[in-house]
Amino acid sequence: MTARRGIRAFSLGYLAIILVAPVGLIFWRAFEHGIHPFWAAISNANAVHALKLTLEITAVVVPLNTAFGILCALAIVRHRIPGMGFVNALVDLPLALSPVVVGLALYLLYGRDGWFGHWLLGHGVQVLFALPSMVLATTFVSLPFVVREVVPVLREIGTQQEEAAATLGASALTTFRRITLPAIRWAVSYGVVLTTARSVGEFGAVSIVSGGIAGRTQTLTQYVQASYENFDQTGAYAASVLLAMLAITTLLLMTVVRRGDRSS
Amino acid sequence: MAIEARNVTKRFGDFLALDDVSISVESGSLTGLLGPSGSGKSTLLRVIAGLETPDVGEVFISGKEATAVAPQKRGVGFVFQHYAPFTHMTVWDNIAFGLSIRRRPKEEIHARVTELLELVQLNGLGKRYPSQLSGGQRQRMALARALAAEPELLLLDEPFGALDARVRKELREWLLRLHDEMHVTTIFVTHDQEEALEVADNVVVMNAGRVEQVAPPRELYDEPANPFVMSFVGPVNRLGEAWVRPHDIEITHEPNGVAQEAQVERIVRLGFEVRVDLVRDDGERLHVQLTRNEAEVLELAPSDIVYVRTRVERTFNENGEPTRPAPSSVS
Repeated sequence: MTARRGIRAFSLGYLAIILVAPVGLIFWRAFEHGIHPFWAAISNANAVHALKLTLEITAVVVPLNTAFGILCALAIVRHRIPGMGFVNALVDLPLALSPVVVGLALYLLYGRDGWFGHWLLGHGVQVLFALPSMVLATTFVSLPFVVREVVPVLREIGTQQEEAAATLGASALTTFRRITLPAIRWAVSYGVVLTTARSVGEFGAVSIVSGGIAGRTQTLTQYVQASYENFDQTGAYAASVLLAMLAITTLLLMTVVRRGDRSS
Repeated sequence: MAIEARNVTKRFGDFLALDDVSISVESGSLTGLLGPSGSGKSTLLRVIAGLETPDVGEVFISGKEATAVAPQKRGVGFVFQHYAPFTHMTVWDNIAFGLSIRRRPKEEIHARVTELLELVQLNGLGKRYPSQLSGGQRQRMALARALAAEPELLLLDEPFGALDARVRKELREWLLRLHDEMHVTTIFVTHDQEEALEVADNVVVMNAGRVEQVAPPRELYDEPANPFVMSFVGPVNRLGEAWVRPHDIEITHEPNGVAQEAQVERIVRLGFEVRVDLVRDDGERLHVQLTRNEAEVLELAPSDIVYVRTRVERTFNENGEPTRPAPSSVS
């Protein structure tokens, strides 16, 4: 009994110090002087633009990585394509690699003298310090989540249902739509939630490629940093609260998805 | 729908699953593919369904070359070993699947599914999910689903393998009746010789990727083509060069000149059948099958000394080919 109580006290204490205290402090500081300063801070034009930009990037990245994730998982599990084992390992790279390195790599690739950047700039396409590079960076860092959620579920359900559908006359597309997709839908939803959370919170890679120009190429995370550095503490706290609320919404969605998964 | 496989070879890596296999299945017949696990019987079924492509050889369906035809276009119904139910669909939707993807009119689908639910005795269970069915019910659902689009060929992979003995027996009889009513060409895979002999009107015995014998059940049992078939389709005693079925050994209390002495070791009574294990005076062990009546007349008890003689013996030459049945010890 004492051992169990001890473990509980330790884990709760750990969570309180590591998680609850910092996040709580952000909320407390943001609303320290009431709702008005908070509201003023987040209705600031640059803050609104940063929020919009973050949501825009997420809206592009999530569908992209969802489609890629499902296709990639199918290729890894269902098709005996040579080299898929290597792809399977490569998918985890964004989890292992620091986002700063990703940002730097993109900077070198799409910069004025980079392999792609030189050609693209020659054709009038601005990637760096603009939306395309920020989308690229965010896509890179949030790539593994859908693949990682879907692969084990595809392995578990096996091929028999798909083969059964084929013998019943279903085309590959019909089989995917009517058999495979419903079977992996909770794994996909879970992957989408994780991808969204990662995209909204991305800072390291994007801060290198975006340039962080206020009102133009500044995401919400960058806005927090910029405000803090400019001694606009209320602004920094308010934007942080906004990020925290996006995260909490994502967590709530995740709980709903988990519940659906269990009931199916 | 007549099926023919010609010189089919299939490898999985180093494993030779099918080694130059040729079989031909008559339209409307009920054929059993019998063999131990790893004998290639399931692979052959999957090649016929189009779920595997042979490395070498051809498959003909109704006389037409169909080796490369996709499974979707073969008009087969396939029942998988573990039934492969669509777990997220109700029983009704499972059965309707083949028809709904063919965009058949709603009324037709409704009528057909109702009819099939009746046929497989699952009336009233249409709204359930496969996980809410028993093994036997799931099996019948899989059959109904395979039959929905009126296939000309029904393929069943170990259809009764995962069911308990009583349900197996019921389903076997039910499959026989179904085949009599529908006359759809049916091929089923089994490792159970009794099942093959009871259900099929023609049996293909397979071993290590090869066909050992193709014959109707009775011929298979009475005239096995080689020692493998002899020992696989039923219990057998090996006495020197001769092979004898346990029911082809006679036990008497009196020596009869040509009978040999043996001691009763064990007696197992299985209802109508009585199994007697004996040790002959030359040390050979014998398994004998008697009917209950025969056993009662003999009044056997363990350690009794009795006399045995064989009624029918079979011998095979060094190539495994049957030599003429040796005249039994007593003619």
